[in-house]
Formats: sequence, structure tokens, C-alpha cells
Amino acid sequence: MEILFAVLIGALTAAGVYLCCLRQVFPVVLGLSLLSYATNLFVFVAGRLTVGAPPIWGEGVTRFADPLPQALVLTAIVISFGMTALLVVLAIRARFEAGRERSDVPAVTQRPEVER
Amino acid sequence: MRAHLPILPVLIPAVSAAVMVALARRELVLARVLALASAAAQLAVACLLLAAVQGGEVLVYRLGDWPVPYGIALVVDRLSAAMVLLTAALGAALLLHAVCAWDRRGQHFHPLFQFQLMGIYGAFLTGDFFNLFVFFEVMLIASYGLMVHGGGAARLTNAMQYMVVNLIGSTLFLFAVSLVYNAAGTLNFADLALRVPTVAASDRGILMAGGMLLCVVFLLKAAVVPLQFWLPGAYGHAPGVAAALFALLSKVGAYALLRFALVGLGWSSLAALEPLAWLTLLVGALGVLAAPTLGVLAGFAAVASIGVLFVGLAGAEAVRLGAGLYYLVHSTLTGAALFVLADLVRSARRKEGDAVLGGQDFAGRALLGGGFFLAAIAAVGLPPLSGFIGKLALLRSIPVEGGAGAASWVFVLVTSFLLLLGLSRAGSRVFWKTQGDGGQAMRGPEAGGVAALALLLAGTFAWSLVAEPALAYFTQAAQALLEPGAYVQAVTGMGVFR
Repeated sequence: MEILFAVLIGALTAAGVYLCCLRQVFPVVLGLSLLSYATNLFVFVAGRLTVGAPPIWGEGVTRFADPLPQALVLTAIVISFGMTALLVVLAIRARFEAGRERSDVPAVTQRPEVER
Repeated sequence: MRAHLPILPVLIPAVSAAVMVALARRELVLARVLALASAAAQLAVACLLLAAVQGGEVLVYRLGDWPVPYGIALVVDRLSAAMVLLTAALGAALLLHAVCAWDRRGQHFHPLFQFQLMGIYGAFLTGDFFNLFVFFEVMLIASYGLMVHGGGAARLTNAMQYMVVNLIGSTLFLFAVSLVYNAAGTLNFADLALRVPTVAASDRGILMAGGMLLCVVFLLKAAVVPLQFWLPGAYGHAPGVAAALFALLSKVGAYALLRFALVGLGWSSLAALEPLAWLTLLVGALGVLAAPTLGVLAGFAAVASIGVLFVGLAGAEAVRLGAGLYYLVHSTLTGAALFVLADLVRSARRKEGDAVLGGQDFAGRALLGGGFFLAAIAAVGLPPLSGFIGKLALLRSIPVEGGAGAASWVFVLVTSFLLLLGLSRAGSRVFWKTQGDGGQAMRGPEAGGVAALALLLAGTFAWSLVAEPALAYFTQAAQALLEPGAYVQAVTGMGVFR
């Protein structure tokens, strides 16, 4: 179980980091999604892995799963989902307004355009 | 009512933003009235909070009255109360600028502004680092919205980079939080302070890795070299009002770092960061020398001020930390003033915008030039404005003997000179190298923007007048960070500590 989780988180993180290093926006969005999956799994195992145990401590319960990371992971999922959606919207707007779809910024020219 | 004071800085902007979204989507006037009323209420609450903790008490607000390590707690001590007041004052001054023109250039300006304030207040008040994460995200989501407000190709491209960098930062934040939770079994700063000494030897490595990772996240938010690359472009292209408010965002990173490392992990100082502070100073000052536009110049000046701030925060003595915190307030006001000024110049000059170039004469040149002169004095650290007092107090608290102290002196003084050169160059080009007399035909700078600029500059002036009590206040606040016994006791109710 531990090994499975470790390999899964490691693979997701590695793929995510690689994609984030690319210059097109779409791979970066994918990379950030993969990274957020890895994070969610990582938060989930922060309370140590327990199989087949109740998440609530009560009378006569000696072995229980830590409920807090499960609550945290819900918050993390909601936030990362919202962020990804926002990033996609922003990428679409940048595509139409700037005519380019890259996550890097062009070198500053001597006479920059005037923004209002 | 008094018992519920600590939650109000979070509640007021949250409720007013919700009301704005529900009722004032189309009616801009109503939204403006609500925003100004909300800002006034926030300012009043911040003053009450400061008065309540001035004597050194620590107010703890337990949401739902859950006992501390299990529930969410907001904590107000001297430092967080001062930061809340700074946020409220900055927010109110910038709203004057916003209601004149900025809120018309796109949708939902006012709700986003309120959510931004809410996130900042929450980050200053929260007592645990998962809620710190949540409030950071609230702050960042609002800042993404504000950053692209008004649109434009360069702004969108830079906002995209800002967003990707911060999303990666958020991912690291969550990794770090889980590592610390895994090792220590708690998320509360005060509870963590109690548990760190009892962490098993086999888990110490995990705790350390989590702590270091969290430091990286906070340094990224604070834009300390080598993690500063995103700031000048993003802030320099953001709408003026938003950029001025963002001058505070990087300070939230510094604040969180202090709270987490000194109180939570119980480190004796952040001395390891001193070389990074020197580099940050140097990069910021060189950037000011080379900046192509006033907006980017203000961004690099903000990076340089973060460098000065961290020279202070790297100390282990309360006097030095206190001087750093005094400088934090000063640099927030000055940084905001520079961003507002860049924005006013940008809208006053038709052709050149805020590029650091000479050009046609423009209306309000004398007024804006005077404002730039004062803001530059404040940013460089010349008397009589508070930058001078901040740098003086900071240097006096650093002993010159020994390599690190002497190097800090050299870096602070040399970069001050570089800043002086860079700002003089930019100011003389933009305000003196003008041709023609086209200034009369155009309309002058917006009254609200000038009012905001005047308020911010008056703020740095007032800050130098109250320097002595302010320095004493922040020295006490720093003492409470270095010896967090009273804080831990107030939050957890456990007296035995260190």
C-alpha cells in the first residue's frame, strides 16, 4: 500500500513538473492538474495510511483513521479545481487578446506599448 | 460585540462583497458607496483591535468555540493588529483612486477588491497554517481577477505567468503543510510550538523538510531572490490600484514566514536568509536602474524594499526585527505610492505612457513630478521621510563588527545610492525632458488618484513623526515573536513552555 502510494505520487509529481516546464499554456495546465492530484493524494496520506478503520474515535475504538486530512483534502480539491478553471479561462482570453498561447513573457522592448 | 472583534476584519469585506455581487452588479454608484462604507468600517475595527492589544494582550477567537488544536482560531497580537490596521488604511486610500476611474474599466472591481482585503486580513489573523493556505488562496484568486482587470495583451500574458508561478507555490504549500502535519500532528502555530520539542527523532527529518518547503513558499510570495523574477513584470503591468495593493501581498509572505518559523518551529532567528536579503537588495536596485517603465521601476523598488525588510528580519535581536517591521510599514506605503504614481503618469501621457522616456508636456506635470520627488525620497531613504528613519534604526541595530553585519551595512548603503541614481534618472527623464506646451489642452490627473497619492505620502510623513512610539511598539511585537510564551499560553491555555 505504501509503495503503491509512493510510486503513484512520485509519478504524478514528476509528470506534472515536466509539463510545467514547457512553454505552451495547455501542457502547463495539464501539469498543474497532475501536480494538484499528487498533492491531494499526499495530503490524504499525511495522517498515515490506515485500512478498514473508522474515521471517528469512540468507545472501544482503538484503531482509527485520522479524519483531518480527509477534510483538508476536500478543501484542497475545491481550490485546485477552481484555480484550474480560472487558469483555462485566462488562457483563452490571452489567446484572443495577445494572439499567443505561451506561459513565458516576451523580452521587454525599448518602447513598450501603452496600457490604459 | 467586543468579544467578536477579531472576526470582523474577515466578515466585513466578505459580507460587503457578497452584497455587492448580489445587489450592485450593474449599479456602480451603489457598489462605490458600499465599498467606501466597508472600508470605513474596516478602518474603525482595525483601530479598535490595535487599541485592544496595545498593552500586550493576545486576543484569541475560537470559531464555534471549539477547543484549540481541533477548531479554527484567529489570534490578534501586537504584530497582527498593526498589520490589519496597515491593510485597512491602504485599502481605504486606494479606494479613493479606484472609485474615480478604475472600477469602470471592467466588471466586478469592488467585490474583487473586498475579497482581496478579506484574504489579507485572514492571513494576518489566522492561528493555523491550513487556514493560512485558505486565506492565501482567497487573496490570490482575488488578485488574479484584479490583475487582469481592464484587459490588454501585455497584462494578460504577465498575469498568466503570475498565476502559474503562484499555483506552483500553492502546490508546494500543500505538500509542506502535509509534511508538517504528518510529523507533528497539528496545524496550529501555538500547538506546533508545544509539540516540536516532543517530535520523535525519526520524524524530525520530515518536520524539517516540511518547514524548509514552507519557507520556500513564503519566500516565493515575498519575492526574495532567487524567487523574485515574477514580481516586476506582473506588478508593473497590473492596473495601478491593484498593483498598489499588491505592494502589501509580498509582505504577507514575510509575515507568515516570521509567524511560522519563529513561533511555530521555534527557530531562534532567520539568520540564514541574510545573504538572500543582500542579493534581493542588489537585484532590486539594479532593476530600478534599468527599468523601461515606471510600473516596472516600482516593481523593482518593491523587490529592493523586500531586501531591506529581510536584512531586518534576519536578525536575532528584537530591536533589529522591530526596525525591520517598522520598515515594512514604510515600504508598503511608499511602494503603493510609486505604483499609484506610475498609473497616474500612464494615464496623463497619451503617447509615451509610463515609459521612462521624455516626451510631450502633459497636464499635471508639476504635481506628479512633485509627488514622484517625495516618493523617491521615501523609497531611497533620505530624510525627512520614514525610509530614512527605518534604514537608520535598522543599521544602528546591526553591529558592524563581524562579516555579516559589515556586509549588511555595505549592501544597504550601496543599494540606497543605486536607488537614488535610478530614481533620479527616471524622474528627470519623465518630468523634465519634455517638449512643447501641450499640457494645457489635456485634462489633469484624476482627483481621486491624486488624493490617494497625497494620503500615502502623508502616511510616510506621519510614520516618520511617530517613529519613536512605533519603533518601541514593533520592538515589543518582535520580542513576542522571539519569545512566544504568552502567545502560546493564550492560544492553547498551556502555561509550561520552554
